[in-house]
Amino acid sequence: MAIEINGTATEAAPRPGQCLRTFLREQGNFGVKKGCDGGDCGACTVHVDGTPVHSCIYPAVRAEGHSVTTIEGLSNGEELHPVQEQFLENQGFQCGFCTAGMMMTAATFDEEQKANLPRNLKGNLCRCTGYRSIADAVCGSHRHDGDAASRAGAGAKGSGQLGDNVPAPAGRAVVTGTARYTLDVPAEQLPGLLHLKLLRSPHAHARIVSIDTTAALHIPGVVAVFTHEDAPDRLFSTAQHELYTDDPDDTRVLDNVVRFIGQRVAAVVGESVGAAEAGARAIKVEYELLDAVFSPQDALLPGAPAIHGEKDGETARISRPQNNVVAEVHSELGNVEAGFAAADFIHENTYQTQRVQHVAMETHCSIAWVEPSENPGEDRLMVRSSSQVPFLVRRTLARVFDLPEDRIRVVAGRVGGGFGGKQEVLTEDLVAMAALRLRRPVQVEFTRTEQFTATTTRHPFTIKVKAGTSSDGHLTAMQVDVVTNTGAYGNHAPGVMFHGCGESLAVYKCANKKVDAQAVYTNTVPAGAFRGYGLSQMIFAIESAMDELAVGIGMDPLDFRLKNMVRPGDDMLSTNPEPEEDVFYGSYGLDQCVALVRDALERGGQRYRDAGLDDLGPEWVTGVGSALSMIDTVPPRGHFAHTRLRLLPDGTFDAAVGTAEFGNGTTTVHAQLAATALSTTASNVAVRQSDTDLVEHDTGAFGSAGTVVAGQATLLAAQELAVRIRAVAAAFAGVSEAECLLEDGAVRCCERVLALAEVHDAARQQGMELAAEGRWGGTPRSVAFNVHGFRVAVNTGTGELRILQSVQAADAGVVVNPRQCRGQVEGGIAQALGVALYEEVRVNDAGKVTTDILRQYHIPSFADVPRSEVYFAKTNDQMGPLGAKSMSESPFNPVAPALANAIRNATGVRFAALPIARDKIYLALKDAAASAPTQLTRI
Amino acid sequence: MDMNTIESVVATTDPGQWREGDAWLAGGTVLFSYGSPVGSEEPLKRLLDLGQAGWPAVNVSDAGIELAATCTVAELYALPVSDAVAGRNWPGLALFRPCCDSFVASFKVWNMSTVGGNVCTALPAGPMISLCAGLDARAAILGRHGSSRTVPVAEFVTGDGKNCLAPGELVRSIQLPASALGAKVAFRRLSLSNLGRSGVLLIGRLDADGSFVLTVTAATKRPVQLRFAAAELPDAERLAAAVGHSIPTELYHDDIHGLPEWRRDMTFRLSEEIRAELLEPVPDGPLTVSGDFWPPHATSPQPSTQLAQKEA
Repeated sequence: MAIEINGTATEAAPRPGQCLRTFLREQGNFGVKKGCDGGDCGACTVHVDGTPVHSCIYPAVRAEGHSVTTIEGLSNGEELHPVQEQFLENQGFQCGFCTAGMMMTAATFDEEQKANLPRNLKGNLCRCTGYRSIADAVCGSHRHDGDAASRAGAGAKGSGQLGDNVPAPAGRAVVTGTARYTLDVPAEQLPGLLHLKLLRSPHAHARIVSIDTTAALHIPGVVAVFTHEDAPDRLFSTAQHELYTDDPDDTRVLDNVVRFIGQRVAAVVGESVGAAEAGARAIKVEYELLDAVFSPQDALLPGAPAIHGEKDGETARISRPQNNVVAEVHSELGNVEAGFAAADFIHENTYQTQRVQHVAMETHCSIAWVEPSENPGEDRLMVRSSSQVPFLVRRTLARVFDLPEDRIRVVAGRVGGGFGGKQEVLTEDLVAMAALRLRRPVQVEFTRTEQFTATTTRHPFTIKVKAGTSSDGHLTAMQVDVVTNTGAYGNHAPGVMFHGCGESLAVYKCANKKVDAQAVYTNTVPAGAFRGYGLSQMIFAIESAMDELAVGIGMDPLDFRLKNMVRPGDDMLSTNPEPEEDVFYGSYGLDQCVALVRDALERGGQRYRDAGLDDLGPEWVTGVGSALSMIDTVPPRGHFAHTRLRLLPDGTFDAAVGTAEFGNGTTTVHAQLAATALSTTASNVAVRQSDTDLVEHDTGAFGSAGTVVAGQATLLAAQELAVRIRAVAAAFAGVSEAECLLEDGAVRCCERVLALAEVHDAARQQGMELAAEGRWGGTPRSVAFNVHGFRVAVNTGTGELRILQSVQAADAGVVVNPRQCRGQVEGGIAQALGVALYEEVRVNDAGKVTTDILRQYHIPSFADVPRSEVYFAKTNDQMGPLGAKSMSESPFNPVAPALANAIRNATGVRFAALPIARDKIYLALKDAAASAPTQLTRI
Repeated sequence: MDMNTIESVVATTDPGQWREGDAWLAGGTVLFSYGSPVGSEEPLKRLLDLGQAGWPAVNVSDAGIELAATCTVAELYALPVSDAVAGRNWPGLALFRPCCDSFVASFKVWNMSTVGGNVCTALPAGPMISLCAGLDARAAILGRHGSSRTVPVAEFVTGDGKNCLAPGELVRSIQLPASALGAKVAFRRLSLSNLGRSGVLLIGRLDADGSFVLTVTAATKRPVQLRFAAAELPDAERLAAAVGHSIPTELYHDDIHGLPEWRRDMTFRLSEEIRAELLEPVPDGPLTVSGDFWPPHATSPQPSTQLAQKEA
């Protein structure tokens, strides 16, 4: 019995143990996505005989004789299904990887189901949006969000410049399931595609004595097995930065020492995933077990096993390999002893942040192949990867495999979420090695469990804080002692540690600051880049401490912050007595953000009182809390972007940019910035991106650089092109350039209007191409701010926490696209709520990750995320393109401490460790009540 | 995900066909959620497919409700408002939907996952275990050599992920007795997240003969039942003592979904809420209800607390 897919009976039959998801993808239905492959995320939702199911846990054989509908079959041809229209209209997506499943689910809803989205969408996880835009899309609401946000709807004509809500250019492809993510490549384009699977270490620390691959190589379908003997000797770092010397060289493609459970031991390449898995199962490895250490505190003790002890610190750029210290900083500004002596109140506490995972919906994956050339020695390695940094991937592959960069091309399709996790080389080296040897295309796709156990996490921080204030609310000294756990490898360890100790302290004026920080190796899954890059961890500690200082002297915490936060003209100092030479107050909206949050919280309180809802009943206590954060708008030490922009014969524009699109919305921003400079609409600017052949270089989409660096390059190119267009038009019309003005699709030269197509033609006849390039080096830099506020209710009898109000004010400079920027803020809040309340990658006593599927690692579902109020400060930045600032990482940063401060306000108990789950709240309150029974009686 | 080690799918309901490396395939939502990872020790080779068993999902009689092991959660969810139970005076039906809603899995997964599958998976938070144990259900088990036996579901689950099945044994059906369905019932559940995985799930029953049965699940590694005869109904103090006595500290489950100390205290708390509701009802008086899904909503899915907040 055939399986009917979207109305057509398929000839293929599924394999016995195949799930419906992979079967559908093999038939070319790439809109069916793999988010978890375990039934938890819903990205693979399809209909079987009209009933929605998760195709990843649906036995494909069960579909025989039934009719399956995928996103590709939801609409017929040109006309979209209403739910697709609504997702497009409301831009109910960011990276779009969850969108098809979201729509396939919502398409089955009746009105009653729409009225209860927390229940009915809890099986569709989105990591980008925070669900607000999805709710609007599912319910088809046309919400008016005040001034700028309602000015232009999706696809509105005549819009598309600065400040408009231009829809994402890829929107239609996203809602029809035709957007091509990394692995959405039709089989005919990659004939002979091989699949790679990894055998991973079961030991936390061991030397590989021998690997017997004989049995594996005898398994039908196994093509090759790679071990450390096949891997280049070259040490590198999986972390990707403009300067590779920012990270220690401590990693091999395949090593003969394993340093965490889950590290790659051997790579098996097979004709199918199943063959490669069988091969991996058949490999016999003999290990010599080595002593292992799992906490950074233990790793720092004398006599602890030196995890990279065999390496030379100077060559590998490891601070003290014998002591497991990758990087460290010790600094003192002023004199903290004197500062504490002068304090009227001192707060001391140890704060801890946990291991968390990015959980981008698209797992790490890549495909490599060799494109042959007629000229010997000129064939090229081609890599298609889920990466935030294709140009840096190329550079790293060139370094590791000793190839010239021009013989490698790296492209990223649409990327299904990043959050920092894809600022690493975690798959590309493997497929490159296999493709170079086998000269066939090779693909690797990580499972969700591999994401949790063997990619990267946020760095856990242990932060001892001591801070003092005078009774009138002036900070007298701030001291932190920080230990970060970088896991088995030092990718991003120095950067995260330094950045964490930067803006978190620099945002406060205080003459006396002392920092001791160390990034430490342990035999656990490596930590890496994660949204916030160290700041979110440090801000949790510092903002909690500021709250305690205010409480300690009986001052309103926001008043305390207003007294101590930096103002334009104040040096921003943390570990160095001199301010960063290229960081300026290009604009300053922190004061506005504080006021916006304070006002919103007061209005919210009044709303609850007016509605008679301020008393939730016995055992419920309520409170408010807030926190602020600052971030440099660009990472330090160079961040480069290059844009090529040209006028096309039809009068539209082609922009080639380097930066990747993974839901951050920079494609839209590029089009809007160019459109503004060229006096056209964003829809007339087609953006091509993330391909190392398109432009010279792009450091990548990290450090919130998409708008302020890559956007700046595009703006410069557009401004230059506008000048050239006017010059050609002026010569053609016989007027001066000053008399020529660009207007939509044309140049007005005095009375005469020349269509851009005519200008293009005029230039062509002179043998001239109307094109321009823009480059930006990421300096000088400005500062952006976020302030978050919460009103919460806590049930002292169960620990249940309810978020009554969530408010964030963001200083993003001139907001290029308010709807998109709001989405970034909402998504950051949701991800941060997960980290504050639920998420934790747990590692057991043997060093093994135990929370290795989404059922054990709860990320916020629709039911968990309250609707947040989002406000923008009105500022205009001198550094950023057309006054814009970065706003992608930073909304995440103040959320956890704001929540902890609100809980403190409600309960009197300080939570110094994340996550603040309901069980921990209950138990801490119980302890507090036992020790100080009167404390809980306050309202 | 794909189970790449599976060599064949055999449609059968005969335990005699079972051999090493086989697994019974009901809905498949658990088996396929784990696949056959490289690290697994003894990968499965065959799936014995119950999909074509043709067992009627539900059989209602004066004796109670017989659920086929292959009855889907979606079918169970539909049952309380179906014609099959129309006219039956079974207050116990009120537990069905709250238990279904206690799945962390989406309603979409309910279209495939089965009551028998959830019971056999034997996780502490398995809500079908809560329902069936709470209603004194018995599982009918078929053995490899034509044997059969029945086991109370409360005893069927023996630990976290452990059940009493011998290799090859198959759960055929689950019988919910009319006596329990006819009881007055109460339900309490707490989770660390909204609509999330159960950390504590308690069901109480006041039977027609006046006896009181409290079933603790999710909080503990396996179901724990406390029974009080009509003549010995507990007051708050006696109930707490009984809970303390019946559940040793080490029986409280410890995983990411709740610390054992919290689960323990919440078990005491919810026990007392249930006792008060069933044994000391105040007509039209306020009911103390911690957590979600109770009191039950007649027909439609439960609105969440989150929605209520938004309306505020």
